[in-house]
Amino acid sequence: MEGYRGDLLDVSNLRVFFHTYRGTIKALNGVELWLNQGERLGIVGESGCGKSVTSLAFMQLIEQPGEMTGGRIMFDNKELNTLTEKELDSVRGKDMATIFQEPVSALNPVLKVGFQIGENIKRIKPKASKREVREETANMLELVGLDSKRISGFYPHELSGGMAQRVMIAMALSSSPKLLIADEPTSALDVTIQAQILELLEELVEKMNYSAILITHDMGVAAEFCDKIAVMYAGNTVEYTTVEEIFNNPVHPYAKGLFKAVPKVGQTSELETIAGEVPDLVNPPSGCRFHPRCSHTKPICKDGFPPLQELSPGHFVACYLYGDEDSK
Amino acid sequence: MVIVMTGVATIVFFITRIIPADPVGAILGGNAPIELVDKMRAELGLDKPIHEQFIDYVVGIFHGDFGHSLVTKKPILEDIFTFLPATMELAIVAMFFAIIIGIISGAFSAVKRNSIVDHATRVFSIMGVALPVFWLGLILLFFLYFKADLFPGGGRHSLFIFPEKITGLVLLDAIICRDWDTFKDALHHIILPAFVLGYAHAALISRIKRASMLDVLQQDYIRTARAKGLGKRVVIFRHALRNSLIPVVTVIGVSFGDLLGGAVLTETIFSWPGLGRYLVNALLVLDYPAITGGTLFIAFVYSLANLLVDISYAVLDPRMQN
Amino acid sequence: MNKASNQRKDTTAVTENNKGMDRFRLLINQSKPVLEDLKHTLYLWRRTHLAMVGTVMIIFFILIALLAPVIAPYDPIAQNLDQRLMPPSMDHFFGTDQYGRDIFSRVLHGSRIEIGIILIVSVISLSIGVFVGIISGFFGGLVDEILMRITDMFMAFPRLVLAMAFVAALGPTLTNVIVAIALTDWTVYARLARAESAKVKSLPYIEAIRAVGAGRIRIMVLHILPMSISPVIVKLTLRMGTIILTAAGLGFLGLGAQPPIPEWGAIVADGRDYFIDQWWISTFPGIAIAIIVLGFNFLGDGIRDIMDPKIRR
Repeated sequence: MEGYRGDLLDVSNLRVFFHTYRGTIKALNGVELWLNQGERLGIVGESGCGKSVTSLAFMQLIEQPGEMTGGRIMFDNKELNTLTEKELDSVRGKDMATIFQEPVSALNPVLKVGFQIGENIKRIKPKASKREVREETANMLELVGLDSKRISGFYPHELSGGMAQRVMIAMALSSSPKLLIADEPTSALDVTIQAQILELLEELVEKMNYSAILITHDMGVAAEFCDKIAVMYAGNTVEYTTVEEIFNNPVHPYAKGLFKAVPKVGQTSELETIAGEVPDLVNPPSGCRFHPRCSHTKPICKDGFPPLQELSPGHFVACYLYGDEDSK
Repeated sequence: MVIVMTGVATIVFFITRIIPADPVGAILGGNAPIELVDKMRAELGLDKPIHEQFIDYVVGIFHGDFGHSLVTKKPILEDIFTFLPATMELAIVAMFFAIIIGIISGAFSAVKRNSIVDHATRVFSIMGVALPVFWLGLILLFFLYFKADLFPGGGRHSLFIFPEKITGLVLLDAIICRDWDTFKDALHHIILPAFVLGYAHAALISRIKRASMLDVLQQDYIRTARAKGLGKRVVIFRHALRNSLIPVVTVIGVSFGDLLGGAVLTETIFSWPGLGRYLVNALLVLDYPAITGGTLFIAFVYSLANLLVDISYAVLDPRMQN
Repeated sequence: MNKASNQRKDTTAVTENNKGMDRFRLLINQSKPVLEDLKHTLYLWRRTHLAMVGTVMIIFFILIALLAPVIAPYDPIAQNLDQRLMPPSMDHFFGTDQYGRDIFSRVLHGSRIEIGIILIVSVISLSIGVFVGIISGFFGGLVDEILMRITDMFMAFPRLVLAMAFVAALGPTLTNVIVAIALTDWTVYARLARAESAKVKSLPYIEAIRAVGAGRIRIMVLHILPMSISPVIVKLTLRMGTIILTAAGLGFLGLGAQPPIPEWGAIVADGRDYFIDQWWISTFPGIAIAIIVLGFNFLGDGIRDIMDPKIRR
């Protein structure tokens, strides 16, 4: 994709609002993200900062009362936000697949697991015979480490959380997507299972050289899995850079706080926390949304909305503390 | 179910025995000679103490003996089997109508939420739950029979038609005998009463279907299906329709009782020779063996329907199978 | 001396006044969440159009019932054979029936009958249902088993059919109609109250109260009853329409209120034989039934929506 920041995905100024009786929730307010083929991007941030909404917006699956009110999503040379539902259906599940947070409720309770994977395969290869679909399903289940003979006849309620998530992974990968989105794939699982699932995911992504987006609030997970990290705060991208940069040299005050809050082995001092509360997205703070919690607030932070700018090659930040002197 | 049915029989028995009026007096008239009254009482077993009467009654039921009607003088069971098929036919056609209309309109209403179709459906279902069955029947008779003469005014078939009796269900018998004239005639007769009886249920089913469909459409697995790139139609038909049927089945089971109750009213209005009208007539003249038998049978049919509903759960929802 | 005592009185008065203010403030502060909740409920109520429409309809209906003797232009049961079967006119808005009675007045007075039926049936069936349900849910085990089997037996009948049997047994009078409907309707609340009380019973705070040594009856009446009552009340408002339909159905079959009582179902039945030429006798009471049932359904649906935690937040 020429002229874009990433050759697989380029999201600019993404806005999603939810209209509720309390008022309009400005869930996403100008998200900026991009991704090159073969890269793995981690989107991190507190719960409620809009990570999951972002991934749904990629799929164009924002439902009422939500609405994508602005921005552009370029994916694989297609501007997704201008496509019709039919055109989108040929992207969803085929070029872009998602693994959701709650594996058990993300599977249809009245259909057998094998059928739910099979219907995906059948969709991508419409000419496949029943036997081929069944074989392919079995292969996918084996790939994620499940006993295909037993599991494909199971209903979702007969699976454990970990097994269900493996099924979800098998389903997502069955179409060999160009981009795999994993939305908190492990947070609904037991700690021991979390590690297994993550390992599996990493191994598969590595093996097949997938491009992937991992959404998580767990910095450790992000560090292990990703090449790039985007830090989100209250519906904005506040910092975007490589994983090394963000851990060694976070620059946005929020990102600094976030990465100081990650415990390190051998650490004896108390963990630092970020003072203040997550802002109410119906009436967000003016200007930079982080300014009420920020210890370096300047007058401009209350008025202006800091743009995402390149601080050093490949390191982007949205903060008035940095950048050219004139804008301060 | 056996326990419950026995309990049901007990309730019915004691209800009829607290009838303050004297059934013998009702049959023979107030001035009958004492000897005759006593003879009659002995015949009916009314001279025995109440617990013996009860035992006789229960033993009778297990032998299929519900006693004799005081009016028709025939065994109750014979009477019931004369009138039951008409009620069954009416109830089945009404339920069929209600299920089809209810599910289609409810699902459509949910998918096209806030559209004109949705609003029309909701008005239709609000009216259906509020209009009294007997009143709706009268109004429709007035317009469609007296005024427009589109439908017959009552009965199961025209007087000059003598349907073959195999199952007792006129429509089914006509199909079996390939007697299409009778079939058409019977169909023409059943449409109006079945609509009146089924309307309230169509309305109820439509409401429930709409609500459950809306609920299902918000579930995570629908989002998964959409994320897989399945078309909207496939998502609705394959992933949402069946799941949202589960609460509908519950409602069909529960409301089948109201349907049988409504049949009593509908049969009265449309001169439909069914069990409901039989029961009403029995109640009005205090024909107590007929009351007991009729009530018991309706309860039995209702329980049977609920059993069917329980079975269909397992088919719809694999989580219920264990 | 005098002055000093006066002064002392003043100061005590002041401190007492302060104390009163403090207590008042404390009360305000304590009840703040409750008030907020109430405000929120009222807000939702106003926003839920259905509930509003239903409320207006029911209030209108209650007003009519209260004022019926004043508004009604004629005596609802006085016969006037000169005025038989008159079509609707300015003298008789809804026309007259075969005995020359004014249908409009009969329908107005009928609202009193219907309200009475609803109120009494609700009180009786709710009391029986909640009593059986809470005992069943609280004690569980054999008691639960027996009570629920009995409930099942009552539920094995179509409601109208059971009510018909009861009325036939007791004799067709208005009182017996009420008793009969109540006797068939309590099962709904029993089931619901049982489920609720079984749920509440296992909450940790009931355990805590029990550990402190509160008696069973005290727990049931003071803790489980208030906690489990609200879904039952919602159900009750949803069922009020059905109660009227059942009562009117019985009246129509001649098994309900006997003439000349102006029960709506009975009036519809009165007009049945005259329906072809004198359509007004049956039509108006039928419309009245439909409107009132509609009102209760709107109200019930609205209340259920308001109580629904999904919508509430």
